[in-house]
Amino acid sequence: MPRKTSQRGTRYLIVGNSAGGIGAVEAIRQVDANGPITIVSDEPYPAYSRPEISGYLAGLTTVERMLFRPPDFYERNGVEAILGVTASRLDLRKRGLELEDGRTLAWDRLLLATGGRPTMPPIPGADREGIFTFTTLADADRIRAALSPASRAVVIGAGLIGLSLTHALVHLGVPVVMVELLDRPLANALDREAASVVERALREAGVELVFEQTVDEVLGQPEDGEHVGGVRLQDGRQLSCDILAIAIGVTPRTELAPEAGLRVDRGIIVDRRMATSHPDVYACGDAAEAFDFVHGVERVTPIWPNAYIGGRVAGLNMAGRETVYSGGTAMNALSYFGLAIVSAGLQEPGDGPGYEVLVSSDSDTAYRKVVLREGRVAGLTFVGDIEKSGIVLGLMRDGTDVSAFKEALVAPDFGLTSLPEELRRERLAPFVTEAA
Amino acid sequence: MGCGLCEVHCLVEHSRTRDVIKAYLRERPSPLARLRVERQDHLFLLVQCRHCPEPLCVYSCLTGALSRDPTTGEVHVDEARCIGCWTCILACPYGAIRRDPQRGIIAKCDLCPDRSLPACVAACPNEAILYVEEAL
Repeated sequence: MPRKTSQRGTRYLIVGNSAGGIGAVEAIRQVDANGPITIVSDEPYPAYSRPEISGYLAGLTTVERMLFRPPDFYERNGVEAILGVTASRLDLRKRGLELEDGRTLAWDRLLLATGGRPTMPPIPGADREGIFTFTTLADADRIRAALSPASRAVVIGAGLIGLSLTHALVHLGVPVVMVELLDRPLANALDREAASVVERALREAGVELVFEQTVDEVLGQPEDGEHVGGVRLQDGRQLSCDILAIAIGVTPRTELAPEAGLRVDRGIIVDRRMATSHPDVYACGDAAEAFDFVHGVERVTPIWPNAYIGGRVAGLNMAGRETVYSGGTAMNALSYFGLAIVSAGLQEPGDGPGYEVLVSSDSDTAYRKVVLREGRVAGLTFVGDIEKSGIVLGLMRDGTDVSAFKEALVAPDFGLTSLPEELRRERLAPFVTEAA
Repeated sequence: MGCGLCEVHCLVEHSRTRDVIKAYLRERPSPLARLRVERQDHLFLLVQCRHCPEPLCVYSCLTGALSRDPTTGEVHVDEARCIGCWTCILACPYGAIRRDPQRGIIAKCDLCPDRSLPACVAACPNEAILYVEEAL
């Protein structure tokens, strides 16, 4: 159980209780066993696996089973968890964080792991009841409470969040229409070929897909104008629904940062130590713009593993162990609708100079694509045959020149044995003993 | 030598019946070997979980199913918590995590908790697989 709250100062203050915040706690405790850690979150529960809200809505799991760490995590790590309270103002000069309940917490090192919030497009009529987002457990509870046996849903946005929600709704037997601005699902995460596999799986599951359209207006129900009754698309078509979900992306939650004087672009800007423009304030996860090793710049890559690893690097630095973030990039794995698809980095590089695309496929069961830039891996997409994709991602992460064995990267029997001997030995060095 | 006995013994060790014929032919869901033998011309390589000190799979796990035991350094999966999202498969630079499509979860080396020596090590006729414990 979380400890009783107090108004004392704390050595380490973490705003946000999800992947980044937990990554920081675990890292701090590797270096500093005793320094007081406090976590503040506006969500009232212990850290849970956010991606599991899809299974939760579908009735496949429970809050207890979704916990990201064992129930005694906070107690065992000596973390004071202040849950269900929003942080309202950050004062860098006094090193204080005001909470909405009037308390002020003093800190020595601060981590902003505040995540993102769903992006809401300005659509006329979007103030009606029956409009949902889908990024929190509370969102899942709200949707579940609103569902009836006759429910019909429209999901705006065919990205990862829209897909995860659609998967749950299909499982519950709710008819779903997905409306997507672009010409395919997961356009930001997958190439055309992999996206077409997802599209086929969605259609086979009975999902109706409407591409290259936006919602111009949210309509009321004929008998109850306060409640969503449907949407009118750009082309004039009307779709009826009582559940309307908006899943067009997330916007970094940076609000504490700029008024405190921290540098913010789209996200809170951090250096390779995950430090913000204030040396004792760090940021990570969906709220931050951290180094992307594919693009070579700081950008927001709102995915769970990057949040955890960024939080971990921040935590190590906060506790005094100098650590450099090697960078993250967009990477995704998909298992909805029985699929096995992974992707990372550039998906559709176009015909720019220096790019080369290698592709192979085994009829309908497997598709492999690797994007090279100047002889180094800049993107990968694997469908069906995914088990060795991590080796390719490893080469991409390390910036290895793969020109000499590039064809092997998409071969069905690709593996560590496909790497040149020197490289293979280097990678396996800690684990290989020379024969006596 | 590339004999693949490690693969056989690993699969049987992780079967329900622990009987090689039943494990390969009858058991459903079919048990999976937690390791992979790569064969490329005359080069053979056994690939299994390295139980990395900086485990990218653990850091990438969406649910908390993967964890590294701070006292033993072993990386384990809690199968009840794995949702088969495949993120760890993408994260592992060795390609050492397998997808169990029948169970919808991952399969990885667990160092054979019921044995004093992992089954692959005990079965290797050429003593090519070593099990070495190191201080953390």
